[in-house]
Amino acid sequence: MKTTVREAAGGVQIVDLKGKITIGAGDVQLRETINHLVEAGKKNILINMHDVTTIDSSGIGELVGCYTSVTNKGGKLKLLHLPPKINDVLTVTQLITVFDVYESEPEAVASFA
Amino acid sequence: MSLPSSSSETGPIRMSLSSRFENIEMAQHLCGKLLEGWDLNEETTHWILMALREGLANAIKHGNDQDLAKRVHLEMDVKNHILLIRIRDEGTGFDPGEVVDPLAPENRFKTSGRGIFYMKTFMDEVRFSRVDGGGMEIVLTKDLAQGNQKEGS
Repeated sequence: MKTTVREAAGGVQIVDLKGKITIGAGDVQLRETINHLVEAGKKNILINMHDVTTIDSSGIGELVGCYTSVTNKGGKLKLLHLPPKINDVLTVTQLITVFDVYESEPEAVASFA
Repeated sequence: MSLPSSSSETGPIRMSLSSRFENIEMAQHLCGKLLEGWDLNEETTHWILMALREGLANAIKHGNDQDLAKRVHLEMDVKNHILLIRIRDEGTGFDPGEVVDPLAPENRFKTSGRGIFYMKTFMDEVRFSRVDGGGMEIVLTKDLAQGNQKEGS
């Protein structure tokens, strides 16, 4: 998986993910990217899932772990451009209600204000 | 929907895999080939392959503890339009009754424990059994003649 971090208005950190978030191939990388941002004091994080091709239970677990890490530090973690199958995977485990999900990047960034 | 013959043309696919996560995709690829000709939509195939992924990941991580000296034994076949996936590890086994419910509020934010739930969600039946001599076997079945999952559902 490839991760790119860019900063938007208000200091919102947008993490663009590309590829797979599966066991042994992206799950740990996601955790490390988010932990790095949290340790750097970044509190508002938006994960862009548009180019995520596959996710498994390990990847879902990492997403949940990232959410908890950011929230415990007083920050917010939200999701952008959730592909339908990842939406389904989050829905069946009732996690979809945990995350704020946006289809528009400007709206998502503005929601942190 | 036209159904292929009562058994896969090639017979069962049997593999013995080293306990590496990289092997999951190869197995998924072969399972995808096995499903060709069953007029399944992309959605249905995707969820079957995800269940296979979860079963193999479970065997590699929790069963064999990623010990490269231990193997994961995989068998896949279609008989009388029933897809059967048999996954056996060489670990110490576990009690399926002790697997936590990922939907329970107290487990909602746990970072693990969803794999078996996904297998049960996407397949018709998931059976667990301890294997003589050690290890755990998971058998996943899916009736391929029961129609496709709706797109986007």
